[in-house]
Amino acid sequence: MTSTLATFLSLAVDGIAYGMMLFLISVGLTITLGVMRVVNLTHSAFAMIGGYIALWFIQRAGVHFFLAVPLAVVATMAIGALLERTLYRWVYGTHGLGQLLMTIGLTFVITAIVKNLAGTQLQSLPLPSSLQGNFSVGPLNLSVYRAFLIVASAAVALALWLGIERTAFGARLRAAVDNQRMARCVGINVPAVFSVTFAIGCGLAALGGALGSPMLPLEPYYGLKYLVIVVAVGGLGSLRGSLYAALLLGLIDTLGRYYLPALGAFVIYLAVLAILLVRPRGLVAN
Amino acid sequence: MTTPSLNSSVARAFSRHRYNLLDLVLLGAAVATFFLADLYLALATAVLIMIVFALSLDIAQGYGGIETLGHAAFFGTGAYAAGLYAMHVSSEPISGLFVGMAAAAVVGLLSGLAVLRTAGLTQIMLTLVCATLLLELANVAKPLTMGDDGLTGYSIAPVLGLFQFDIEGRTAYWYALAVLVLVYVFCKFLVSSPLGLTAQGVRENPTRMALLGVPVRRRLLTLYAISAALGGAAGALSAQVNNIVGLDSLGFTMSANVLVMLALGGTGRLYGAFLGAIVFMLLADRAAALDPTNWLAALGVLLIVVVRFASTGLSGCLARWTSRGGAQ
Repeated sequence: MTSTLATFLSLAVDGIAYGMMLFLISVGLTITLGVMRVVNLTHSAFAMIGGYIALWFIQRAGVHFFLAVPLAVVATMAIGALLERTLYRWVYGTHGLGQLLMTIGLTFVITAIVKNLAGTQLQSLPLPSSLQGNFSVGPLNLSVYRAFLIVASAAVALALWLGIERTAFGARLRAAVDNQRMARCVGINVPAVFSVTFAIGCGLAALGGALGSPMLPLEPYYGLKYLVIVVAVGGLGSLRGSLYAALLLGLIDTLGRYYLPALGAFVIYLAVLAILLVRPRGLVAN
Repeated sequence: MTTPSLNSSVARAFSRHRYNLLDLVLLGAAVATFFLADLYLALATAVLIMIVFALSLDIAQGYGGIETLGHAAFFGTGAYAAGLYAMHVSSEPISGLFVGMAAAAVVGLLSGLAVLRTAGLTQIMLTLVCATLLLELANVAKPLTMGDDGLTGYSIAPVLGLFQFDIEGRTAYWYALAVLVLVYVFCKFLVSSPLGLTAQGVRENPTRMALLGVPVRRRLLTLYAISAALGGAAGALSAQVNNIVGLDSLGFTMSANVLVMLALGGTGRLYGAFLGAIVFMLLADRAAALDPTNWLAALGVLLIVVVRFASTGLSGCLARWTSRGGAQ
């Protein structure tokens, strides 16, 4: 009986770690969507780019894991800012369909480039020794990596919340979201705020993609494969909504795979459907 | 959209109802293909099927303004329904076609209840999730659908009891062409019918249509179900002609491809489905044979360019080119 409970608890911790990683990948989308109202289906591809850049730094340049990941985040932010200044600018004014097609097109291009550069095999970042192994809390045996993932994601969530609620940049951002014209009138450089926000969103995706690669291995079709889940989580439009959705999906997926393996991925998409139906106005909710 | 006078808008509606030279050219091209390019009949049949599928998407998206990234749900449902019907009930093709359409219409109605409550990104995501859910369902129901291996081992009886499906694909081509012509005639009728016209009104301004007393949700649901049934017809055709139904018929790539075809051809003018499907399928056939990876890149660039420079698609450019200063 205790072992069933212990199994359940360790599965729950795995689920929470998985959910936190989903949150990390998707939260950037929450911000860009909530702020810029751009249907950005390329978001999961930015996570993949971040993962591959970190992998490149570790394998080819011999950089340590804890340095490679921030470098990858910065590089992805630069790529994101560049694309925002060029491609995304084209579709700001257009309808949802134009944005949808453009970002799908961009995802195709990125997929093809990654396939050419990195090959089709599944890859993940080699973890440093400090993140390997397990530790036990009472009867539970937990992996160091997953605990690290939970702590790191929680730290990011907290930092984001503080950044948006307590800093001057956050105030400008909220002003630009609430009323773009008014924000311009009081002297806020709205396009610049948007560019920075978009870059931060891409950076967060990169962080999630790099840190989460042992769970969601990198592959060229990453951007398309995890698109549904990432957009479902990130598309809810509020930080808290995304966090809850990510945790819920993480738990359902992990527990579902263990207790109902016959249903496979069916369970998680059913949950995504339920979330989208319960919060159909999630996008505009503040 | 400008507001034309009542007379000119009625005239436009009727002029779209009429058949013109372009219809004749397309039909002529289809017949010529059979006699001149008989080595490529399999590809040509695939093009015809994709035109039916793109037409069904055009009804929902171009005329109803329903944004969808999960149209493969209907193609796949129609395909699996027709395949299973042929395997377990009857190998008669025309009843199979209707079974596929009916199954897809049911899926359209059910998913429409959820999808049409929303708009924008949520709507897109809901359609995508519905299709993914069906894909996973087909994957899980291995005893029925044979999962990854694809549904095979059924045969299709001669069309009307007369025309046996042959190895060269002649019957398949004529069969697909006949279905396409019927679907096209129906679509032409539909978009000028009260349902089609109110749907276009809803696309332009749902609030105003609601204020005019149009039951917006119900009209869109009807339109969505019809679109789903036509998508099911395309899937059923594909199942009957190819004698196999794979999981990819429900996949994201299928949904994305048909969306690309329609965007390339131009939405909301029926011809877009023809132009887009023909150009896309021919390009894909050539390029994918040469270099699949870079085909994906080329497709992406093509999409970006179409969105940036030709948001009305090829048929829009064509219409501008042929009738400078015309109604468009």
